[in-house]
Amino acid sequence: MPLQTRWFIKSAFVYLAVAMALGIGLASGMVVQLPLWLAYSSPVFFHLIMVGWVTQMIFGVIFWMFPIVTRARPRGSERLAWATYILLNAGLLLRVLCEPLNAMNPRGVWGWGLVVSAVLQWLAAVIFIYNSWYRIKERYRGD
Amino acid sequence: MPKLSQWYIKLAFGYLLAGFTMGALLLAHKGQPIHPALWSWLPAHIEWLLMGWTAQFTLGMAFWIMPRFWKAPRRGNTNGAYVALVLLNAGVLLASLGPALRLSPWALIIGRLLEVGAAVAFAHAIFPRVVGREG
Repeated sequence: MPLQTRWFIKSAFVYLAVAMALGIGLASGMVVQLPLWLAYSSPVFFHLIMVGWVTQMIFGVIFWMFPIVTRARPRGSERLAWATYILLNAGLLLRVLCEPLNAMNPRGVWGWGLVVSAVLQWLAAVIFIYNSWYRIKERYRGD
Repeated sequence: MPKLSQWYIKLAFGYLLAGFTMGALLLAHKGQPIHPALWSWLPAHIEWLLMGWTAQFTLGMAFWIMPRFWKAPRRGNTNGAYVALVLLNAGVLLASLGPALRLSPWALIIGRLLEVGAAVAFAHAIFPRVVGREG
């Protein structure tokens, strides 16, 4: 399993655990008054699962298991794989920080944090697709 | 990777791009307003990423890696999996664009029916391959 895949998968498990913990916090709003930052974290909960856990796990497994490009360069660009990992996680973590703070203080600096988060995650998806597209093919049968 | 899986996965990548693009616009709009009509695309964002990306990718991978038969055709009768590809994508398009473009409510209902059809057709094709080593 390549190093990038290990980072993707281990990070995915961390996000899953954090999302479940956040889920407990959000559910406890049924019985206690939640602090505002927690009450505004429902979208963060869903995106920790869908981006942090599901999509990140899929990205890692694709980088590992899809047909190789060539023996010399089996998984395409390793730098682009790292770029995907860094952009996706930086974008998601920025969202985790900025989304509740922006909900409490709309139109402030936290709003610009959400814009940057959006761009980072979008770039991660674009780079991932670019680096994986030519591996959607029949098994490699030599040059 | 068989041709049909390639189709599933390429289409899934298309929805990944569309879903992340719409998601980025919606997230940026939360921070710095762009256009109020963007919110009507939230159901499409969810549909593209849940059904178009995640579910479609899973089906493509399942068709590729599930156990194959010892004798040809190695992946059994694949008609159901081809039908599922068409039904799923027609369903995702209808179920996402219906609410976003304020089409008839029937667009969403028919879209969901097509998605159910896709699930049944794919299950019909793949069930015989859900076996142990002994077959």
